[in-house]
Amino acid sequence: MAGATRVPTTITQGTTTKGGIGESTLRPDGTLKVTGEFAYSSDLWHEDMLWGCTLRSPYSHAEIRSVDVSEALKTPGVYSVMTHDDLPAETNFGLEIHDQPVLAKDRVRYHGEAVAIVAADHPETARRAAAKIRVEYAELPPVHDEMSATGPDAPVLHPGRDDHHAPHVAHPNIVHRQPIVRGDVAAARERADVVVRHDYEVGMQDQAFLGPESGLAVPAEDGGIDLYIATQWLHVDRDQLAPVLGLPADKVRLTLSGVGGAFGAREDMSMQAHACLLAMATGKPVKIVYNRYESFFGHVHRHPAKLTYEHGATRDGKLLYMTCRIVLDGGAYASSSPAVVGNAASLSVGPYVVDNVDIEALALYTNNPPCGAMRGFGAVQACFAYEAQMDRLAEELGMDPVELRQKNAMSQGALLPTGQQVDSPAPVSEILRRVKAMPMPPEKQWQSSDATRGGTDVDVRALPGGLSNTTHGEGVVRGVGYAVGIKNVGFSEGFDDYSTARVRLEVAGGEAVAMVHTAMAEVGQGGVTVHAQIARTELGVSGVTIHPADTQVGSAGSTSASRQTYMTGGAVKKSCEAVRERVLQLGRERFASHHPAWTGGGELLLEGGKVVTGSGEVVAALVDVLGDEVVEEELEFRHRPTEAFDLKTGQGFGHVQYSFAAHRAVVEVDTELGLVKVVELACAQDVGKALNPLSTVGQIQGGTTQGLGLAVMEEILVDPDGKVRNPSFTDYLIPTILDTPTIPVDVLELADEHAPYGLRGVGEAPTLSSTPAVVAAIRNATGLALKRVPVRPEHLTGTS
Amino acid sequence: MEFLRPASWEEALAAKAEHPTAVPIAGGTDVMVEINFDQRRPEQLLDLNRITELHEWEVGEEQVMLGASVPYTRIIENLRTELPGLALAGHTVGSPQIRNRGSVGGNLGAASPAGDSHPPLLTAGAEVEAESVRGSRRIPVEDFFTGVKRNALAEDELIKRIHIDKASGPQQFSKVGTRNAMVIAVCGFSVALHPERRIVKAAVGSAAPTPFRATAAEDFLTAALDEAGLWESGGAIPLSVARQFAELCSASCNPIDDVRGSAAYRRHAVGVMARRTLSWVWDGYRSTGGNGARNDEGGSRCA
Repeated sequence: MAGATRVPTTITQGTTTKGGIGESTLRPDGTLKVTGEFAYSSDLWHEDMLWGCTLRSPYSHAEIRSVDVSEALKTPGVYSVMTHDDLPAETNFGLEIHDQPVLAKDRVRYHGEAVAIVAADHPETARRAAAKIRVEYAELPPVHDEMSATGPDAPVLHPGRDDHHAPHVAHPNIVHRQPIVRGDVAAARERADVVVRHDYEVGMQDQAFLGPESGLAVPAEDGGIDLYIATQWLHVDRDQLAPVLGLPADKVRLTLSGVGGAFGAREDMSMQAHACLLAMATGKPVKIVYNRYESFFGHVHRHPAKLTYEHGATRDGKLLYMTCRIVLDGGAYASSSPAVVGNAASLSVGPYVVDNVDIEALALYTNNPPCGAMRGFGAVQACFAYEAQMDRLAEELGMDPVELRQKNAMSQGALLPTGQQVDSPAPVSEILRRVKAMPMPPEKQWQSSDATRGGTDVDVRALPGGLSNTTHGEGVVRGVGYAVGIKNVGFSEGFDDYSTARVRLEVAGGEAVAMVHTAMAEVGQGGVTVHAQIARTELGVSGVTIHPADTQVGSAGSTSASRQTYMTGGAVKKSCEAVRERVLQLGRERFASHHPAWTGGGELLLEGGKVVTGSGEVVAALVDVLGDEVVEEELEFRHRPTEAFDLKTGQGFGHVQYSFAAHRAVVEVDTELGLVKVVELACAQDVGKALNPLSTVGQIQGGTTQGLGLAVMEEILVDPDGKVRNPSFTDYLIPTILDTPTIPVDVLELADEHAPYGLRGVGEAPTLSSTPAVVAAIRNATGLALKRVPVRPEHLTGTS
Repeated sequence: MEFLRPASWEEALAAKAEHPTAVPIAGGTDVMVEINFDQRRPEQLLDLNRITELHEWEVGEEQVMLGASVPYTRIIENLRTELPGLALAGHTVGSPQIRNRGSVGGNLGAASPAGDSHPPLLTAGAEVEAESVRGSRRIPVEDFFTGVKRNALAEDELIKRIHIDKASGPQQFSKVGTRNAMVIAVCGFSVALHPERRIVKAAVGSAAPTPFRATAAEDFLTAALDEAGLWESGGAIPLSVARQFAELCSASCNPIDDVRGSAAYRRHAVGVMARRTLSWVWDGYRSTGGNGARNDEGGSRCA
């Protein structure tokens, strides 16, 4: 990828204080992660600690007739065995709906559900003891799709629902349903010259983060508990844990431990409650570490989806109406399904202006693995379908697919189907133009320039199949495809979304230094550099310490929804500004007589360890102003409020901000073997303001690659009886470097005036358009319809 | 679990005789995965890493004697002329780290139908030298695979080395996986020309309970080449012959539908690989003037 990345020069210019915003400061954990020296949560250690182990259900749906732990308890080295009956307080948890038991009670609802936990002095002892727990199951018929979930004889998976979605769903196996209606679809259909209607399907993708679920729970002398944990949101873990442990929230203290990655998979709790319960039961520190196999059962996945889309357009390509139905498989427990439904519905039309819509999105309860948050969050599934529709429509109309998109592209001021106006830049047409204008990668890059072997020499690494040596060019056809997407940033639908930051400024070692303390989970998104950059810019100091993230400071909200730079970055900025005000006040009090600028009413700034005027004249040294004073502020930052979508019409100011990315994919397909080499995935994205340009490009390339994975290989396969078939990296494949193409990135910076520094959340949008762009390119190469991702060799060779 | 660490081959044989259920381990690229995933809990592990002769190879007049623990990386670096098919297969094994540890002995011990070394061993011609305290024997590789993950070794036997015929003509290996590196074979295929004997050998991996030779396809092609005098003339193989060869290879498969691919796809892909790899080896043969003296890999480069 080197050399292919383009960052506009405007965002690499330095600020007056080195290492401030706009600079590509390096991650402190980057080298450690690459060299294998980074301490993950699985590396935690405590004297005298025990190891926890989880017994999981082999069935997707079964009644638990009995559980006998006596043999397990007799195993030497075992300290505790717990089942549902041993839970001390609240028994359920959940992000929005508390429908998931900490340990299954009398029924298991998915393959891999936790039934019992064991603590022992050695992990192997714990595993062996868990294997001795005798559970008598009586299998029940599994609910595995919409038909079996809502049909006449469907078993109700959560009887007696009393959550706030229960009253408005047509069947108790529907978690949430969100319609959006606007305009007059019937009338528009009459006027349409061309109609395209197709069914699409998206498979179940896994987040496949580094560093499987792990943590260490340490009982404290005050009767509380300290949990060291890799998570995405410390406070929401705490708020779910405290009732389960029967402790007040302030006795449950969480500290972020080394996180490899998250992508949504750490939003729900995994081993948090289990480790704490065992620690409290034994009075000893308890560590739990999942291996990769268990990890596949230990977290939620991306919702698989079935989508039906219909678009009508005029002969000249103007979209008249769109109808869609999006059915998301939420699996056994709600997790964040309701919010995913809201996103899928409200973003289902894509970044296009369509005046007449009839939209329905819903999530099901089934006995499949629970699904919840994953990068793109409901917008990914919709984007695959609406972008496929755009290509089909362009084909029907005989139009260029990019031109059709540009013709219907939204821009600032456009109304979404929810009635919400897009009130910041929406350069949809422009990013499409930019990816299309990028130079095309050279043809047949597998041909070696070395002619000494009669021109037959090939570099198989550049061909479909790679090192597997399946083609030397035979059957290989190039294809090009485009896609664009829209993603919301931040928590939507009226959620009180806020972040907290504590910033301290003081003199240490003869230098003014800052400390930034937040509860933000660093999961790879780059907040760890961005917070320091903001502090340097706002406070004009170079020495900034990032305090470890814990619950000793207010909530930072979740590291998800592309929100952390906006939200906790915004909180750091706000607290820094308050600190600066106090520092300047201090200066006015102490040094008013030393320099006229103190009382002149003009702007005073902190730069390079000095107080300076707007024109750059030094007024005082920061160390002198501060003296022995420690200036500290802890403030909350909120984005502008949103509102819930109307339950019948879907109307409402539901989202905070929108983020747009476009891709051009160039692929080479071995059309005989059905193997794909993605040659290049060019991306253009508006980021408002790139606080750390290197990090920004990294996010875009990472999201792009994750989208590529969904396009051609990543899927958790689940049997009709709900059994997971490929819970390992042997058979759940993610892209290797030989599958990852060159990813040239064109970053636009069109400020959103509502956001700190004008920035726009970056992390998710590139995951949306990457998938449909790759599939469009494969369609272009093969002429096949390809209505399902991931595309498998069978789909390309008619051998399913 | 007991960890046995014999210092010599004799000690290893004695240990295996004493503990017939002991699982031999060298690179650990297969065994350790199974242990880590809790799929296997052997009473004893028999560590062969201290036995230096297992890491050695010797190039003889007719054959290469390949120590059971010689890692793929060594084969790729040092034996690509003598064993081009196996070297190509070695390239497709796992990642560089795995290739530094994994060995043909381990592949044979595991006897997975998807083992990458099996098809090239079958087409090159090879014997597995198995030894126990009772003595030594050589098992033709055709007789070695007895079922899914089962082989012809007696419970007290260990694989000492593999005797592989040196290539006398071009050889090829190709495998299909659903990613461009680090992937288990959905199916694999190897073809080797033996110009001095005027025969062609073809073998298929991961498309039946065991790796196997596609003998009907071999016989057909050997006869067709002979009839048309193509060995002598070095002429192109007629399209109809190549197609028939591919169809016979495809028809010889007995694959299953599984998480990695459908049976129908496996049959189809074996046919495509058979046709392509045949054209590569035949082109290689023709480019050497038909004398088969030079061992060409059919033009692929796998750096």
